[in-house]
Amino acid sequence: MGPIPAHIAFIMDGNRRYAKTHASHQDSTDPGSGHRVGFKSLISNLQYCYEMGVKYVTVYAFSIDNFRRDPHEVQALMDLMKAKIDELLTEGSLLKKFDARINFWGNLELLAEPVRLAAKKAMEVTVHNKGPVLSVCVAYTSTDEIRHAIEASVREKRENVQIDVSDLERNMYTAGCVEPDIIIRTSGETRLSNFLLWQSDFTHLQMPNPLWPEFSLRHLVWAVLEYQKVHGYLKKWKGETEKNK
Amino acid sequence: MKNDHHRKERDATLFHAISAYQRTTIANELACIFSRYFYSVNGSYKILISPSKMIEASVIASPILGILYYLLHAIVCLAHIWSYLIYQIQCLIISSGLLPKYQNLKLDRLQHLAVVIDSEEAKNKSKVHQLLLWLSDVGVKYVILYDIEGVMKKSNKAFQKSTATQSDTKCLDFDLNVPSIFDVFGMTVEVISYTDGKEAVAKAANYLFSKFSTNQEGTLDGLEPKFTEPDISSALKAVGHDGPEPDLLLVYGPARCHLGFPAWRMRYTEIVHMGRLSSMKFSAIVKVFYDFSKKHQNYGK
Repeated sequence: MGPIPAHIAFIMDGNRRYAKTHASHQDSTDPGSGHRVGFKSLISNLQYCYEMGVKYVTVYAFSIDNFRRDPHEVQALMDLMKAKIDELLTEGSLLKKFDARINFWGNLELLAEPVRLAAKKAMEVTVHNKGPVLSVCVAYTSTDEIRHAIEASVREKRENVQIDVSDLERNMYTAGCVEPDIIIRTSGETRLSNFLLWQSDFTHLQMPNPLWPEFSLRHLVWAVLEYQKVHGYLKKWKGETEKNK
Repeated sequence: MKNDHHRKERDATLFHAISAYQRTTIANELACIFSRYFYSVNGSYKILISPSKMIEASVIASPILGILYYLLHAIVCLAHIWSYLIYQIQCLIISSGLLPKYQNLKLDRLQHLAVVIDSEEAKNKSKVHQLLLWLSDVGVKYVILYDIEGVMKKSNKAFQKSTATQSDTKCLDFDLNVPSIFDVFGMTVEVISYTDGKEAVAKAANYLFSKFSTNQEGTLDGLEPKFTEPDISSALKAVGHDGPEPDLLLVYGPARCHLGFPAWRMRYTEIVHMGRLSSMKFSAIVKVFYDFSKKHQNYGK
């Protein structure tokens, strides 16, 4: 049997479906209501993860593909993100309690200025924190991350030295972070939707049925137990590929 | 020493689960007492023994927590056994032909199928052969076979000899660092391995660099390379590593993990865990294809 995972990633799917099935009359026209509930679920799951000893938690907050959604919903999401980033930096918030560091991974230039500035400020303020790490993927897709890493590697390439995999990995947004042990996508969908495709070679992919706002401690404990059953197998293949590098 | 470390890890799992439950269960007091005596394996959350709660339980509690830990895992095992039984019954019903919906599968959305097989299991050539036959029976036209070590690539020539008729065979050169493609049973089969993933992207990066530097007159100083995703797709094609994106990916192995399948091709691929290759069933494949035909993707919208 295995240890507590060091890094869990979440695809927080199902907020809109939850809002549809649980909405009151006022909420039904509000495009951000499901996402607000989703944020509450994020905070409680973060707390459980950090108490369990999970050092890195990554969440897929907003994909580049999501910009194609209804503009009202996109705006509501951006406003929510800015408000919550500011809230997370206040005293008494979860980040302060755990002395956690926050990262924002993605093509931040695609974000509206208020959100981008809030994100950069949050990263600066928490950069020296020694506790667990929360990485928020916003304006992110894995293929865009690979594209960005290739650009950076080509920019720094010197004559007669070939670009190799370690150069690309050094230029990824995720450089310095261990690879995820588990990726959990809620609401039962079985695809990764362009999330951490490069980093998930030996990651246990879990697709539980509950929607994100319904995902709670017992689901998380179950997820960790499931991971522990296959930990040995994944570690074996990870070791084999390290040896062959 | 290893057992001690293992025991500490086990205790840490349970300790953390229990301390997190403090807020949600009425066994708060018991959880508090147990939680005081355990510390995480990395030592950073060392909990000091509370003097007011000092009990001899530290000797007793550890084996109890150990039992609880194995109990939790036993519950997970039971749940797996239950799901497995339900799954077997479903497969039995499907293979009996009682349900007409499984008879005529609509595969128009399934243009390309990927199959990830654990390398140890991929050595069982007859099983892989059988799988290809079943996929062809169902109507799949393009299959991408992946195993991390390239076992299937290495035995590709044997496949061609044993499975294809003379008119079907397309013999190709045998470079282990590029995909291997052949036709069999009326399907196109592409065989890839770990080197067709990240290393292929590195090759594409070098290709893009050489194209970028030849496009510039004079020096590169001050010129920023700017590539789009279509540029990278073209570069992958130029270095011999392009290939269609599979709509569905089946994983045959002990864990649901894609084991290094090329990242660039997996953006919206539905990933389904089929269990071990040794216990594969035709009806399980039919079920997966039926469920896939009912799926709806928003593609982010």
